Amino acid sequence: MRFFEFESRRILAREGIPLSEHGFATTPEEARRIAGEIAGPVVIKSQVLTGGRMKAGGVRFADTPQEAGAHARDILALEINGHMPRGVLVDARAAIKQEYYAGVIYDGVRKLPTFVFSDMGGIDIEEVAAAHPDHIGRGHFSTILPHMDFRAKDVVAAVGVTGSELNRLTPILARLGQLFVKYDMTLAEINPLAQLEDGTFVAVDAHMDMENEGRPRQHELLAELGVGGEETREAREPTEFEIKGEEIDAADHRGVAGNVTEFEGNLGLVIGAGGGSLTLFDAVQALGGKPANYCEIGGNPSVSKACNLTKLVLSKPGVDKIAVMMSIVSNTRVDIVARGVIKACVELGHDPAEKIAIFRIPGAWEDEGFKLLERYGVEYCDRSVSMHEAARRAVEKVASADGRSAADEPRLEGRTSGEVEEV
Amino acid sequence: MAAMFIDVEVDESIHADAEMAKKLEQVCPVDIYAERDGRVAILDENLDECVLCELCINAAPTGSVRVRKLYDGTALGD
Amino acid sequence: MSILIDQNTTFIVQGITGREAVNLTRECLDYGSRIIGGVTPGRKGREVHGVPVYDSVAQLVESVGMVPDGSVVTVPPTFTRDAVFEAIEAGVKLVVIVTERIPRYDVAQMVELASLRGARIIGPNCLGVIRPGVAKMGGIGGPAKDAAKAYQPGPVGVMSRSGGMTTEISSTLTAAGLGVSTAISIGGDAIIGSTYAELMPLFEADDQTEAIVIYSEPGGRMEAELARWVRENKSRLPVVAFMAGRFMDEMPGMSFGHAGTIVEGKADTAAEKIARLHEAGIAVAEEIAEIPGLVAERIGKVMA
Ligand code: SF4
Repeated sequence: MRFFEFESRRILAREGIPLSEHGFATTPEEARRIAGEIAGPVVIKSQVLTGGRMKAGGVRFADTPQEAGAHARDILALEINGHMPRGVLVDARAAIKQEYYAGVIYDGVRKLPTFVFSDMGGIDIEEVAAAHPDHIGRGHFSTILPHMDFRAKDVVAAVGVTGSELNRLTPILARLGQLFVKYDMTLAEINPLAQLEDGTFVAVDAHMDMENEGRPRQHELLAELGVGGEETREAREPTEFEIKGEEIDAADHRGVAGNVTEFEGNLGLVIGAGGGSLTLFDAVQALGGKPANYCEIGGNPSVSKACNLTKLVLSKPGVDKIAVMMSIVSNTRVDIVARGVIKACVELGHDPAEKIAIFRIPGAWEDEGFKLLERYGVEYCDRSVSMHEAARRAVEKVASADGRSAADEPRLEGRTSGEVEEV
Repeated sequence: MAAMFIDVEVDESIHADAEMAKKLEQVCPVDIYAERDGRVAILDENLDECVLCELCINAAPTGSVRVRKLYDGTALGD
Repeated sequence: MSILIDQNTTFIVQGITGREAVNLTRECLDYGSRIIGGVTPGRKGREVHGVPVYDSVAQLVESVGMVPDGSVVTVPPTFTRDAVFEAIEAGVKLVVIVTERIPRYDVAQMVELASLRGARIIGPNCLGVIRPGVAKMGGIGGPAKDAAKAYQPGPVGVMSRSGGMTTEISSTLTAAGLGVSTAISIGGDAIIGSTYAELMPLFEADDQTEAIVIYSEPGGRMEAELARWVRENKSRLPVVAFMAGRFMDEMPGMSFGHAGTIVEGKADTAAEKIARLHEAGIAVAEEIAEIPGLVAERIGKVMA
């Protein structure tokens, strides 16, 4: 989950990293008051969880509190990449001598946290890395040995920093490393980390990402920041459909119906689990199908969980049919999922044989599951039919149903739809 | 809505057996049985969750509990 | 030669009294694996399918009179780090971590301790390791009779970031008459104990293995690392890859599938990974069903 800049700054302050004088405002009046307290030129920054706010006009400069208030009014009403700002940050604009970059990330190959440091701050670090590799210092640090500040020093020194700058920058980078692991971050960066004319350093902008897996044990910090458990802070806000998906998952601890994500298509997907869902979604798209949703069912769900998820997918406007597909299951049971999806169709007044384009879940309890499917006339297949082939059958069925209704359209005149014969 | 896939039948002989009701309540992993006023109660809303584990059948005297699979007409415990 | 496990490998299950662990224990025993004990603090004296339960690994070692070769860890995320430390400090050299949703910091710590002590971690968020017809360590393949359906001995080593897809791919190889030497569910997290490249030397040294199949996803640099390894070491083993989650390239910052499956930068995308793999001469299958053919072609076998 991503933090707003004002939150990231609070985390830095909590860990003793110096910041430029600033305040967070949700109204123009507050912004004006903060600018008055700073008593100097300020910059007003939109607080949104998306990049490109500078370009979008979400960052403006003001010399007087009145100006600050006016800018704040504009920025608070400005939508950036579909995000409305949470507020604005009013930040003192001090004369900057030089800008640095300080960051910490994980290196999945070395499996250790890594310091990243540059004396070319204020721009995208990827660009610096590509164009000026000699201006980037990197170094891993241990997760089990404490007292590793010298690692931070090495990284700062690697770009040629020495003298009092080195001694002032080392503790800042070291602290960033400590808070990174302490708060289960996957990214913690200060960019720019500015050296002011008087030689001191302050963080001018900061960006942090906390791992979702760490959230349960970071209650204290999150409560302090006022971040509620319901805030997903994903790359885009969840839709109503997605929120319902999460509710279905949360309502029943048996099994998982995860990552329910909405798309604009006509083929509903009841698919699982992690890898199987990715594979199947790709297959449907590669074959020209239009998925209405993505989801991951697994972990041996109950009949009711499978049923409720299927109902959600079936109720999505524009969904003609659903495909129920998984890679071979060993924990999840074929018969239980079959019951869930059939029940959903029947309870919504549909014929399962009509609504379920294909059922391809081989594995545990498949014989029992196949019996059920046969009883309701649902087309199913076992492991000898590949996931791709199953997806193809589903896509074709939806396409031919589409084609048929299109072709039938003129002939519907003067007849009730119940009289339309199959062609 | 009523169960579509599973039905459970409990013989007269154990219907009013409080001890047995408790036992069934304990063994069934999906809460299909409950002990109510000393009798065996069947919770209809959970019937379709039956995992066919036969624990109820093994816990009761032979032939006194049957789990019917409505989708193929067979039953466990016959 | 064998990879990670053979018929003599002894292991324990930490968290053995949990619901999933009980199943896993049954499955492994049925498959012929040697489980010499289990650990759940406070449950000393119990048995799970005949396997004695202890309060600690040290107690188990003392009582059994030997240090087990491996441990399967299935304790809740909050307790996993301590359980893994406990196993490693007791001298266990192979730790399979089944638990999901462990914070990355904890994983990094476990992996770091393991490398200091010369131990190996598989996972977390994995289903373990199987040598078809010999032994399995973890829930991989499910109950013994299901595992037998999907996994028959053969010349192909399988490594997969998805537990379920390990079985799907192995089943496809088995059905095609090729079969599997060893299959390893390496785990779906951003940091895992053993990556493709780190496991390659084991397959390289295994006589039974003639080719490798990997299942991979967007996120991380593991595939690039494998591509580099294959090039630099002039591997004798042809590698065939399958890349799922191609649709995610259009959806940066969104997480699907596994914890480690997220596009955070250009190098994380499926397209980029496929390019890296191709550069190293690794074939990338468009669908699972193509895999046996691509493998057979490369090892000069005629398909069944
Ligand atoms: S078979 Fe198992 S799940 Fe079904 S009613 Fe009996 S105890 Fe419950």
